[in-house]
Amino acid sequence: MTQFLQQLINGLSLGSIYALIALGYTMVYGIIKLINFAHGDIYMLGAYVGFLTTTYLGFSFLPALFAAMVICAVLGVVIERVAYRPLRNATRIAALITAIGVSYFLEATTQKVLGTGVKTFPDVLANTTFTIGGVQISNQQVLIFIITIVLMVVLQFIVRKTKIGRAMRAVSVDSDAAKLMGINVDATISVTFAIGSALAGAAGVLVGLYYNTINPLMGMVPGVKAFIAAVFGGIGIIPGAMFGGLFIGIVETLVSGYASSLYKDAVVYVILIIILIVKPAGLLGKNVKEKV
Amino acid sequence: MKKGLLTKQNLCWVLLVAVVFGALQGLISAGIINPIYQTALMQIGINIILAVSLNLIIGITGQFSLGHAGFMCIGAYATGVMMKQGSPDIMGVLIGMAIGMAISAVIALIVAVPTLRLRGDYLAIATLGFGEIIRIVILNMDITNGAAGLVLPKVVTWQMIFIAVVICTVVIVNFGTSAPGRACIAIREDEIAAEAMGINTTKYKIIAFVIGAMVAAVAGSLYASSFYVIKPEMYTFNKSIDILVIVVFGGMGSVTGSFIAATVIGLINTFLQSFSSIRMIVYGAVLVLIMIFRPSGLLGTKEFTFSALFEKFEKNKEGK
Repeated sequence: MTQFLQQLINGLSLGSIYALIALGYTMVYGIIKLINFAHGDIYMLGAYVGFLTTTYLGFSFLPALFAAMVICAVLGVVIERVAYRPLRNATRIAALITAIGVSYFLEATTQKVLGTGVKTFPDVLANTTFTIGGVQISNQQVLIFIITIVLMVVLQFIVRKTKIGRAMRAVSVDSDAAKLMGINVDATISVTFAIGSALAGAAGVLVGLYYNTINPLMGMVPGVKAFIAAVFGGIGIIPGAMFGGLFIGIVETLVSGYASSLYKDAVVYVILIIILIVKPAGLLGKNVKEKV
Repeated sequence: MKKGLLTKQNLCWVLLVAVVFGALQGLISAGIINPIYQTALMQIGINIILAVSLNLIIGITGQFSLGHAGFMCIGAYATGVMMKQGSPDIMGVLIGMAIGMAISAVIALIVAVPTLRLRGDYLAIATLGFGEIIRIVILNMDITNGAAGLVLPKVVTWQMIFIAVVICTVVIVNFGTSAPGRACIAIREDEIAAEAMGINTTKYKIIAFVIGAMVAAVAGSLYASSFYVIKPEMYTFNKSIDILVIVVFGGMGSVTGSFIAATVIGLINTFLQSFSSIRMIVYGAVLVLIMIFRPSGLLGTKEFTFSALFEKFEKNKEGK
């Protein structure tokens, strides 16, 4: 039982990170129906910004987190402007290939500029561990969880209560109608990318802190898994992404804890395929009839 | 009007293949193509097979698959295990290739039946997932020697790869112009309209997917028996993207385009060794630029055919 609880705690930390990345996927998909393959690499760049600012500029944890979020937000907007906007009316496959191209480009450029090797994330936050009823919880895990919750609450507030949030929801329902109602669709999409990328950047810094090592290809697998989380919860639905992220994180830690860590990735892919076959709209999604 | 096999066009194709073969053979015996370039030549041949098979799925049928490396992996490991456990000679390769194709076909069928109901980007992610599952399973098997991979003797020569390229291309081009192939093209153009015309879309998508997977297994098998080492890490998602780059660059739906793109990219990789460190950056940028400025790729869906060439001649004559 203690071991199970321990795995659950570890799973929640990992799941929080997946959830933060999944939010970006789900928002972008909701608004322009694009699987932003480069999103995982934004997360990787967030980790690198955290690494560079703490190592070379001596930032402490919160300023580094903030810097990563800002830089990733700018980057997300630039990528959208340069690569995705010209393809707004192209086929979905063309947009997906572009996203893959951007992802490749970011990974390769990072490898070229910052080296292919693994970098060690500095210890900006002393690690202390509490033991509660035999279960070990580190302050980093608590911090990851709290930051994730805070960011999600802020996001929900933006999407539900503010004017720009209402514009985002309107564009995701019908961008043409939104345009006719006087909403600046391009600006709304840019803001969506900025928010999604900022969340990914935050996730990158948290992961650097938690696992201590970062590398240029670290975004690929978590990127795909976060996408799976978004699909699992129902893509385009914000609570779905949080739920899916936590679920995938917990399943993954349980599989590596009780079975073999070699199979943890395979299990996640199997979950994806099952959900796509059984309920393609996701757990919280509604089925939408396709019209010709 | 029923045409036999012995048409003017077919004779021209045979002639072209013979000329290319003769030219390569001549260059190799003259020492102009040294062993290093010969390796590059084999790599290009294998990439052509991969690109043509992926083109059948993406270009001709319009189904976006990101798991092609998985099927290549099956072919490579079937051959590798056969050579290790059975006979490390050409018989072993051929038997391994046949086994690889059979396993690939079965797995492609298992993958295709549920996932091909999905559309566009969901299909891409599902195939990506399946490709990774295949790799992870092979990574965890004992007979495949896990992450260390298999070290194999080289038994395949460039002539065999050349023959394989010709056979695979003939199969896929002929499939593309056959009745099922036309059904596939109809699905690519408009799935709903195709369905309304009475085409069993699921059936033809599965046929194309299975043939593509089998041909990819052939490529994997040839790779295993000519490049000494195979490891599971060679068949990640990145390998699928490499193949995708060739298909997109050449033009989705154009087999001629795949040939040109595979050759050009192969030559660039060989001659510009220093270029290799920024190769990936350029690949990424090229993918984005092609999609923005020329989404149909180098050749679009155009093909080079002798019949079109003859028609042009005829027209020129009439014009005079």
